[in-house]
Amino acid sequence: MKSVIVQDIKRNYGKVEALKGISFEVDAGEIFGIIGPDGAGKTTLFRILTTLLLADSGFASVDGNDVVKEFKSIRKKIGYMPGRFSLYQDLTVEENLKIFATIFETTIEENYHLIKDIYQQIEPFKKRKAGALSGGMKQKLALSCALIHKPVVLFLDEPTTGVDPVSRKEFWEMLDKLKHQGITILVSTPYMDEASLCNRIGLIQDGNFLKIDTPENIINQYENVLLAAQSDKMSKLLKDLRAEADVHTCFAFGDSHHITIKKESLVENGGNFSIEKLTSELSKKGHQGIHIEPIKAGIEDCFMELAD
Amino acid sequence: MKVIEAENLTKRFGQFTAVDHISFAVEKGEIFGFLGANGAGKTTAMRMLCGLSKPTSGKGTVSGFDIDKESEAVKKSIGYMSQKFALYEDLKVWENLRLYGGIYGMDNKAIGPKIDELLQQLGFESEKDTMVKSLPLGWKQKLAFSAAIFHEPKIVFLDEPTGGVDPAARRQFWELIYDAADRGITVFVTTHYMDEAEYCNRVSIMVDGRIEALDTPKNLKKQFEAENMDQVFHQLARRAKRN
Repeated sequence: MKSVIVQDIKRNYGKVEALKGISFEVDAGEIFGIIGPDGAGKTTLFRILTTLLLADSGFASVDGNDVVKEFKSIRKKIGYMPGRFSLYQDLTVEENLKIFATIFETTIEENYHLIKDIYQQIEPFKKRKAGALSGGMKQKLALSCALIHKPVVLFLDEPTTGVDPVSRKEFWEMLDKLKHQGITILVSTPYMDEASLCNRIGLIQDGNFLKIDTPENIINQYENVLLAAQSDKMSKLLKDLRAEADVHTCFAFGDSHHITIKKESLVENGGNFSIEKLTSELSKKGHQGIHIEPIKAGIEDCFMELAD
Repeated sequence: MKVIEAENLTKRFGQFTAVDHISFAVEKGEIFGFLGANGAGKTTAMRMLCGLSKPTSGKGTVSGFDIDKESEAVKKSIGYMSQKFALYEDLKVWENLRLYGGIYGMDNKAIGPKIDELLQQLGFESEKDTMVKSLPLGWKQKLAFSAAIFHEPKIVFLDEPTGGVDPAARRQFWELIYDAADRGITVFVTTHYMDEAEYCNRVSIMVDGRIEALDTPKNLKKQFEAENMDQVFHQLARRAKRN
């Protein structure tokens, strides 16, 4: 069954086209990641699906309900964690949770099993005001509040933005447990390394999806020849590689530079590119300790290829 | 030459020791990565170094000024940029630069030509009269960085400057950082992207208010027998007891 169906949704703000006609579907019980930079349209999409904003045109449904005609039914059965912390800062941790439970006509006790793992970590601070919590604790409280009524679909808008790598990993472990409880999860993130933790992802930029598929398929469909290059002068290497006739793009990737080779330079297209040739050109320019090898693309490489 | 020196720098809030006797020095023109988990004490340490918060104990100097007794001189000698706030959205590109130049006490006559020169370097002349709010995020970040170093400070503090920026723009941003460092500006940067830690000359990692590791990325990877900085970070941050 499809948890979410989106067909040709468009939304403008004045002259700005935030969503340019996007379509996708999310299966029940999957983690679907919407991955892209700020301004790509992620939040607009989430607000339309959570019935907080009307699309200009197109159709969308959540758990079989139309987001326009049946918005009331949707609101009862989804959980939404907006990007900006939106709980009551002047209420305590426990009071916030109780409010959310009461609004959805349930109790903390009834669904405690769902939030137990997450809520236990902040329970020692349950008398503390939400506004006085650290960033990580706020995030756990917000997730607990979004879950307390046992939603069918959970919408998480950039839950890990500004969160350190270790806490991000822990957060994703929590999502995986929720998935196994049968909750469908739509999650957006600007961190491309989180893609591999989703069942399927949509890479989004400027209001359009560049690609929708499993992370593995997107990586396997990468078309360019991708190489990683290192030398003793990494800053100079970046400029020198870009000046090479065979090099299409060159960007820093941690401790090496990733380069793509122009299609026409490849031997199968009649060109004469080889790693040996590139290595010797670079050593002529004064580089030492040159190491160049073909590598498998990551999601960031794919995003950059698709956005190119 | 040392641009930043900290000696047993400590900040307590009541019973809580946010920054616990940290000592380190940063050289002129160095790109210094200041890493740590949320709540490790990075922001508090950075606020002290920027002259915005007084240390409970310990000493620190930034561009030669005492961060406790000469905090106003410290503020004038630094640039600062954060992801959350950097530019005024309702001002034009040139108006933002004009404002920053004025705040930092640049000569009025020098500001105009400097704006033109900077926009030309960035390939940005055509956007001089554009409202900042209508620029793409990648451009805003580049402009915000340029504004932060517009008055030619000795050091610039960057607090998660690349959050939410697309992959290509994130890398172009780092190239601006390299250029600034080549011109002798010291860069003090926090980030949650571990690949960016690799671009720093040296990296410190804070855990529970203390600096638990400080070295070049290469040496840190060796020390922790790790393949990349992400693994180094995970090993250290998992030791945290608080939070």
